[in-house]
Amino acid sequence: MTLLAAFRRSGMATALATSALALTFTVSNASAETIRWARVADALTLDPHSQNEGPTLAVLHHMYESLVRRGTDGSLQPRLATEWNIHPDDPTVWVFKLREGVTFHDGSPMTAEDVVFSFERVRHESSGFQALHTAVTGATAVDDHTVHVQMAGPSPLYVQNLTNFFIMDSGWAEKNDVVAPQNFAAGEESHAVRNANGTGPYTLVSRDPEVRTVMAYNNDHWDDAPAVTEIIYTPIAEPATRVAALLSGEVDLVQDVPVQDIQRLEQTDGVKIVAGPENRNIFFAYDVTSEKLASSNVDDNPFAHAEIREAMALALDRDAIKQVVMRGQSQPSAAPLPPFVNGWTEDLNAYSAPDYDRAKELVSEIYPNGFSFDMHCPNDRYLNDEAICQAYVGMLGRIGVEANLVSQTRSLHFPLIENWETDFYMLGWGVPTFDSAYVFDFLLHSREDGFGSYNGSRYANDDVDAKIESLSTMTDLEARNKVIAEIWDQVMEDRPILNIHNQLLAYAVRDGINLEVHPENQPQMSTVTYDN
Amino acid sequence: MSDTRTPGRLFRMWDNDIAYSFRKSPLAIVSGVVALVIVLAAVFAPLIAPTNPYDPSGLNLMDGFTPPMAPNAFTGNSFVLGADNQGRDVLSTILYGARISLFVGFSAVLFAMVLGIVAGLVAGYRGGWVDAVLMRIADVQLSFPSILIALLIFGVARGFIPPSQRETMAIWVLIVAIGLSDWVQFARVVRGATMVEKSKEYVQAARVIGVSPARILLRHVLPNVMGPVLVIGTIGLALAIIAEATLSFLGVGVPPTQPSLGTLIRIGQQYLFSGEWWILLFPALTLLALALAVNLLGDWLRDALNPRLR
Repeated sequence: MTLLAAFRRSGMATALATSALALTFTVSNASAETIRWARVADALTLDPHSQNEGPTLAVLHHMYESLVRRGTDGSLQPRLATEWNIHPDDPTVWVFKLREGVTFHDGSPMTAEDVVFSFERVRHESSGFQALHTAVTGATAVDDHTVHVQMAGPSPLYVQNLTNFFIMDSGWAEKNDVVAPQNFAAGEESHAVRNANGTGPYTLVSRDPEVRTVMAYNNDHWDDAPAVTEIIYTPIAEPATRVAALLSGEVDLVQDVPVQDIQRLEQTDGVKIVAGPENRNIFFAYDVTSEKLASSNVDDNPFAHAEIREAMALALDRDAIKQVVMRGQSQPSAAPLPPFVNGWTEDLNAYSAPDYDRAKELVSEIYPNGFSFDMHCPNDRYLNDEAICQAYVGMLGRIGVEANLVSQTRSLHFPLIENWETDFYMLGWGVPTFDSAYVFDFLLHSREDGFGSYNGSRYANDDVDAKIESLSTMTDLEARNKVIAEIWDQVMEDRPILNIHNQLLAYAVRDGINLEVHPENQPQMSTVTYDN
Repeated sequence: MSDTRTPGRLFRMWDNDIAYSFRKSPLAIVSGVVALVIVLAAVFAPLIAPTNPYDPSGLNLMDGFTPPMAPNAFTGNSFVLGADNQGRDVLSTILYGARISLFVGFSAVLFAMVLGIVAGLVAGYRGGWVDAVLMRIADVQLSFPSILIALLIFGVARGFIPPSQRETMAIWVLIVAIGLSDWVQFARVVRGATMVEKSKEYVQAARVIGVSPARILLRHVLPNVMGPVLVIGTIGLALAIIAEATLSFLGVGVPPTQPSLGTLIRIGQQYLFSGEWWILLFPALTLLALALAVNLLGDWLRDALNPRLR
């Protein structure tokens, strides 16, 4: 298979020669298959603890592995950990039994020491995942295959936070000077950014950022051999080009299918659509705290007025966006949390119809001449992100608010939120833990002690902060859900976030390829099967 | 000219060689008319266009994707050339978009022309090291595709402009980027012509009676090198319009809320597969017609000014 891969990479292979070779190899390897996978964007980095971001995680899940993983049904499944439970004598300790006989790609064995190291690394201040692990005070290796994780208090739901926690080789990290995660917002480069040494089913063969990443099956992997033995990952930002690549046979699987093309692809021979709801919300957020906005023509911060935030909510016509921009492929909702997630209620979901007259009145009471601001928007991350922003610019125009749309690629967009350089921005948030606490920790807790890394609205409410912190150690789930409901009530009243909708997911694949939609939009190529 | 009446100024313009050649070339007449119609329509867009696509308060998202000449199912509104993904009237958007494309094109060519003429005159007249330095810079620049240079300048300029002003400055940056990527053609032609002219007797005579070099260049040499400059300028205009469209198509040009023809094509091509062909087709046809007409005019002007073809 490596011969075949090398042959293909050399660029000499014609379709005929490839299939002839594949036939020859069928004898030795019954399922030598290459999947060519395209989606809107590339992984921002290969450092497993730097960026908590969709495409980055989806790619990393092939080379690195987590202790536990999320199945397509939403359940937790064993991965590098075979068993996990709360210590029978101490409710503040989590016990993980590690899988035996697992090796990293460079051949060194995966032991408890590497897991302990990874727990340290993911909690480092340059990690993008700190908020998930704020309740951890330390991890210790009890023996080679048992790890104890000490929590600040009882944390019965903590294991839910580990589905995107990748285990890294401590020896490799030390050798290559990558003991600390890459500081992405500061533009740091390191060995781990372009190289990977995980335990995953695929090894990195070559990587050309923003162009092509090739991965090959890791023959030493502990699990059953998958049907897919080679992955060629190609980011294609332009939606039409992405679809054209599938139709012309250049790629086999397209993620982030443009909503306008779903209907047509369903009717196209040789291509099928796999669809399902995604665990991801798309929303706008305001800088609610600053004295003055960086980009506004008025001298104070319009978003600090509750009336203005109410007016901006009244101007958002979610149904029109669903109808025209998303072609029905969205679930409008008022609160930034998808229906899968613990804490979701009908009431949180309910949104009011737009009322432009009332909104205009609210704006003109405070700003008789209206006001302006810059709206920051990614143009290559979410389904029709730029078109949604553009539509909202038009809706705001009707209430006398002038938004200047600044839409740019996500590697320029996301640092604005992390560095507090935007007054108003779009963000999409998935909830891998299936619990509201994940939304609170990253988006709504004030930015301190590892919390609030994506709280670009600078929202800070001491009462809310205290309640959020209490969640991680509560054992009585009923009482915990009550606190969650209280936090949501307060947040919905304060409106630091203007939610738009949940995305619906659709993958387009060539006929004969079977793949389920993953609720976190992290399809695993090792789960792909082929019809014969 | 044996007629005793003194011909009027207009008549003289009509009767000269260039006008004669224009009248005799059907292709030139057609392209002239097409270019003139588009330019006039763009200039008077605010008076002609049915709606103002830059005024967000006038937009209704529910008008989005209305096909040409058919009423929208929700709003009942109807658009001659259909509506785009944001519910903007395609016809109005094209008129306003052509305005931006033409403004950027004209300004960029003017900028390149002034820069190129100055560099060419100085290099050709002074000679020596000034000439060597200027022409080596030109050679280096010529070895890169001009769209790449424009992209580079655009990227660097964006780095220097504070983020809050980027969108408002985008058009000016675009003009400078396209202009800077295009000055070399002018400089080389002007330099060549200047070197020929400067050894002619009228220049020598002017120099002998003590006319300053600046005055010699501007009053005597420049008028005699303007012919080829106009030809390059016209063809350059077509290229600049296409360069602007290319940059906007690549997403680095003007913001999507104030689209040029290139931005419209970029938006439209996303909907080509899903059957909303009008969003792409009409802006693309307009760009094609405009660029072709200007280019053909340039070709005709080149032939008309070439003494060997008369």
